Amino acid sequence: MKRHDFSWMIGGVQGSGVDTSANIFARAAATGGLFVFGNREYYSNIKGEHSYFQVRVSKDLIRSHVNTVDMLTTFEEETIFRHALEVRKEGAIVYDPDQDTKRLDQIPTIEADVKTMLNGELAKAGLSADVRGILELARRRGVHIYPIPYTELLKGVGAKFGETSLSTLQRMLNVMAVAASFALVSYDEKLVREALKKQFRSKPKVVEMNIAAVAAAYEYMNQKFAGSFAYKLEPVKTDDVRLFVRGNSTVAMAKELAGCRLQTYYPITPASDESEFLESHAEIPLDGSAVQENPQVAEVAALQNKGNIAVIQSEDEIAAITMAIGGGLAGVRSSTSTSGPGFSLMAEGLGYAGMNEVPVVLTLYSRGGPSTGLPTRHEQGDLRFALHAGHGEFPRLVLASGDLEESFYDTVRAFNYSERYQTPVIHMVDKALTNSDTTMPKFDVNRVKIERGLLVKGPVTDAINGEIRRFQQTPSGVSPRPPLGTRGGVYWNTGDEHDALGHISEDPTNRDMMMEKRMGKVDLADREISLEERANFFGPEDADITVVSWGSTKGAILDAMDWLKEDGITVNFLQIRLIHPFPTEYVKKVLSKAKKIVGIEMNYSGQLIGILRERTCIPVEQLVVKYNGRPMSSEEVYDAVRLVSEGKAPKKLVLKHGT
Amino acid sequence: MALKLTDLKTTAHNDWCPGCGDFGILNAIQMALAEMNVEPSRTVVVSGVGCSSKSPHFIKTYGVHTLHGRALPFATGIKLANPNLEVVVEGGDGDGMGIGAGHFVNSGRRNLDMLYIVHDNEVYGLTKGQASPTMKLGMKTKSLPLPNINQGINPLILAIASGYTFVARGYSYDVRHLKDLIIKGIRHKGFAFLDVLQPCPTYNDIQTKEYWAGEGNLDAGGKPQPRTYKLEETGYDGVVHNADEEEMEKKVQQAVLKSFEFGDHTPIGLFYQNEFVPTFGERLTARMPSYKTNPPADQEIAHADGTPLANIDKLLEDMRV
Repeated sequence: MKRHDFSWMIGGVQGSGVDTSANIFARAAATGGLFVFGNREYYSNIKGEHSYFQVRVSKDLIRSHVNTVDMLTTFEEETIFRHALEVRKEGAIVYDPDQDTKRLDQIPTIEADVKTMLNGELAKAGLSADVRGILELARRRGVHIYPIPYTELLKGVGAKFGETSLSTLQRMLNVMAVAASFALVSYDEKLVREALKKQFRSKPKVVEMNIAAVAAAYEYMNQKFAGSFAYKLEPVKTDDVRLFVRGNSTVAMAKELAGCRLQTYYPITPASDESEFLESHAEIPLDGSAVQENPQVAEVAALQNKGNIAVIQSEDEIAAITMAIGGGLAGVRSSTSTSGPGFSLMAEGLGYAGMNEVPVVLTLYSRGGPSTGLPTRHEQGDLRFALHAGHGEFPRLVLASGDLEESFYDTVRAFNYSERYQTPVIHMVDKALTNSDTTMPKFDVNRVKIERGLLVKGPVTDAINGEIRRFQQTPSGVSPRPPLGTRGGVYWNTGDEHDALGHISEDPTNRDMMMEKRMGKVDLADREISLEERANFFGPEDADITVVSWGSTKGAILDAMDWLKEDGITVNFLQIRLIHPFPTEYVKKVLSKAKKIVGIEMNYSGQLIGILRERTCIPVEQLVVKYNGRPMSSEEVYDAVRLVSEGKAPKKLVLKHGT
Repeated sequence: MALKLTDLKTTAHNDWCPGCGDFGILNAIQMALAEMNVEPSRTVVVSGVGCSSKSPHFIKTYGVHTLHGRALPFATGIKLANPNLEVVVEGGDGDGMGIGAGHFVNSGRRNLDMLYIVHDNEVYGLTKGQASPTMKLGMKTKSLPLPNINQGINPLILAIASGYTFVARGYSYDVRHLKDLIIKGIRHKGFAFLDVLQPCPTYNDIQTKEYWAGEGNLDAGGKPQPRTYKLEETGYDGVVHNADEEEMEKKVQQAVLKSFEFGDHTPIGLFYQNEFVPTFGERLTARMPSYKTNPPADQEIAHADGTPLANIDKLLEDMRV
């Protein structure tokens, strides 16, 4: 396997700007026409614990992270201890020589068993348990060590601007570390400056000082270490129109586009970012908002030409889902976003939406469970729950996005499905997606169509005695849906079984009809939704190995497939996107030709594979799973599929990588 | 065209027990809506689960009979989506102060322009008379095997502390007085809370109709004295007349003190009203001025051909590299 990319990692104390530096690094690379994939890992903590960001850049398309670190950039000791041994041979570690004497036993945030492991490694090599020791161990393994005296350089920069406060200067530490890294791979300094300008665009003074810090780092590294690191990172000329997207914004942007006008949420990691994005952009420009010369007319026109989304922080997730259902009843595209624990609280509300045929979208950002689980870590453990949450039987649709680009278009689809079938839709994304940053083609808003199903606009004309038969039987099972407030009549809603008017009814004949009406809508969706919205198929028709998966493992699988192909192992990949209703016939057709099927999932039990067996009666005997909270890397998938193809993998191969 | 009381009645079968206090409240709501002449299709009655929460089915406006304890957040969603609707929320005391207590408190904080009527009979009727959160400690109705082991909530204090800007109490068999309170509550700018004392003839054999009428509460001459009295007849004024911190504080304190009177001498009427607190709609409009002129339910979201009306070019441009 040969990688052509550059894998860079920066770590630090949570709250110290690790995120910002990674963002500047990624932006600078993306500005140079490179593809970028960044992955953020952090503790459930605000300040003090360790977090890190791995950013991969390449001139070719990349969709995942890798195990290997080519360059580790640090400015404190914990990152060195935790990640020094992940750096590959001939890789690099950038560090602050002021840290040399920091001892492992003085770092309270490193877990005891990690300390024991590191102490063991250092003792075996006869090295001291301090920064000097761990760096020496890395050096013996062939890693280049690059000390950079940040404080001294920062003081120099400060002197130019008359800034002497060390704490102010230290805010530029991140930028300096980024610049030092780029200098080592001879990346164009101009591109770093451009990224800085964009990052701090509202603060020109900050930009100016940071640019000076970048220059100082470049100068120092070039003087001391010019030519010592073999890898060169070169910008690429491209005519592609690309975005550099933070994972927590794609669903939010799509909600605005899709016409979602009520979003409710209760704070939870990692779902809240989306709601906060919406809240920051709550007034929505509309097409055709013409520029008016007369300011007074312009003000009125501006108001009329603006949409808005009410973003409501609720008291709990029960309120979040029920408020959103209220919005749905009033004819507004409404949604709520949450993660596992919050979703657990939404189960009853979900059933009400099913019972009353209310369109509502629930964006579910899955994370490590059960209970509070691993609040800031990744898992795909909620699939079966999404399928079954709530008592009794009611219709729902469940779709799962494989990457950020899909999550954008799927968001719009989720609203369309929910209105077409008048039913709750659960749109699954996850922690790995929302905490990844990546380059992608610009979203094509022209591909987006809004379908509102049988929404009734304007007064109802067929009310009898002022009463609307909201739940009347129809051949399709979907009834015309006038929102609350529609003139011309009234109707009722109830969580009880009900008649066509929405009044409580326990009549057995009515019960049969209503159950069949509601549940029949899933069959309708099954017949109507096109295959291209339900599954993706990648790779050759005929392959040694067929991978079946869903959700954010997509990127790692696709990247691994490229390497496997170079090794002569042919792999194709069936990605299920609409989990319910399950594309049964299509899956049967694809798998009937498969020679060896491998199920790959980020959970303990292989949930999709279980559902697949239930729907198709096809047993998938080979599972590759991971549940340590860290997303699968493409290297892990590559290694796993190789093992499978060599017949060396256990029936359930558990992947373990991650820090 | 003026709305008649019969226009607000439905043909749905009413299965409440004979003599249930719910009937009085239902009549008062229908009388209030008729008198206010609000078009039925612009009114939504939202309820939770329980005997009283069946009410929407008997009122010919839009009715949303929701989940146990969740009437308030459903109603919140409806009102936020379409602020032009008149939203009246109803439910029992168990629904509102027990399973829905969190929503009760937090709805007060928002001060949406709605009315919440609680049918307060101190028992869970539909599950056969268990003690509800408003029942006093040590009370034993015939439906309870042992006296109530929990302290009772004072809903009025809870409402005031939570930020409701209209706090009142009615009695279900004083229908005209109750009707007037309902009208005031609907007209109030902000979130109105109306606690309604209501006998449960089947399970609460203590606070019966006769109890409230004065049975066993004799004056010096041996004449039964009703256990309720009207605040307005005593010169009590709960209304905040000026946007002045001191007056607001005084009126709050006065209402809290008054709310401790309960039992043989129970006040009904308007305890507290303050229209100087911005409603949630006003707060949203301050954040996004288009909310008032173009609320969610009035917004078009697509062109005729289905292409979205929202323009996200600027967001995308910010992300371009």
